[in-house]
Amino acid sequence: MAIEVRIPTILRTYTDGAKQVEGTGATLGELFTDLDRKHGGLRERLVDDGGLRRFVNVYLNDEDVRFLAGLDTPVQDGDTVTVLPAVAGGDLAAADG
Amino acid sequence: MLTISRELYDKIVAHARADHPDEACGVLAGPAGSDRPERFIAMLNAERSPTFYRFDSAEQFRVWREMDERDEEPVVIYHSHTATEAYPSRTDIALAAEPGAHYVLVSTRDAEQAEFRSYRIVDGEVTEEPVAVVE
Repeated sequence: MAIEVRIPTILRTYTDGAKQVEGTGATLGELFTDLDRKHGGLRERLVDDGGLRRFVNVYLNDEDVRFLAGLDTPVQDGDTVTVLPAVAGGDLAAADG
Repeated sequence: MLTISRELYDKIVAHARADHPDEACGVLAGPAGSDRPERFIAMLNAERSPTFYRFDSAEQFRVWREMDERDEEPVVIYHSHTATEAYPSRTDIALAAEPGAHYVLVSTRDAEQAEFRSYRIVDGEVTEEPVAVVE
C-alpha cells in the first residue's frame, strides 16, 4: 500500500531533498507517524498538541483536510497527500485579539 | 536584488491600493531557477483584514499546482501593510516558508506615495535588498 506525499521545499531537509515520499496508514495521522519513522522530525513540523499545525495546509488529493476530518481523515492506496506551508503574515496579536 | 518589470511593479501597487485598508497579497511566478518574475497572480486574502493576510488554502493549492505544471516557482510573494511601514513584521518573518522567494512589502499608509521594498527571509533572518525596476 502506498500513499504519495508531496513535500514542500522547506521540509525537504527531512527527506534528503526528496519532493515526494511514500507512506502507509489508514488515516492521515497514521500516515504522518509512518513518515516520521523514515524521516525523523517531519511529523513535529506538521502536528502539535492541538492536531494539524495552524499554518500548515494539508490536502488529500484536491481537498484541504480541514474540511474533511483533519488527522482522522481516512487515506488509501493511490491517494496523494500534499503539504504546503500557509502563506500568511501580519500582526498576529491584533488578529487574535 | 529584485529585478522586476515596471508593469509588474505597477500591478502590485495597484492591487495594494485597491484592497486598502485590507492587506493585499499575491505571487509573481517565474520559470523555476530563473529568479525572473513574469506572471502576476493576485491572491484572495482569506482573512480580509487590515492587519493580517492568509492565502485561501484551496486557491493556494490550485496556484501552486499550476506553477508546478508550468515548471514555475513563486519568485515573489508580496503583501501590503496599510498603516505601518513596508517592513516585515515578526509574524511575517515567523511564517515565511519559501526560502527562495523575494518577499515584497508595499505600504499604502500614505495616500499619495506607496512604499515598495523587497527582502529575503531565510531561517528567520531578514535581509533587505535593492529593487531594480526595468522599464
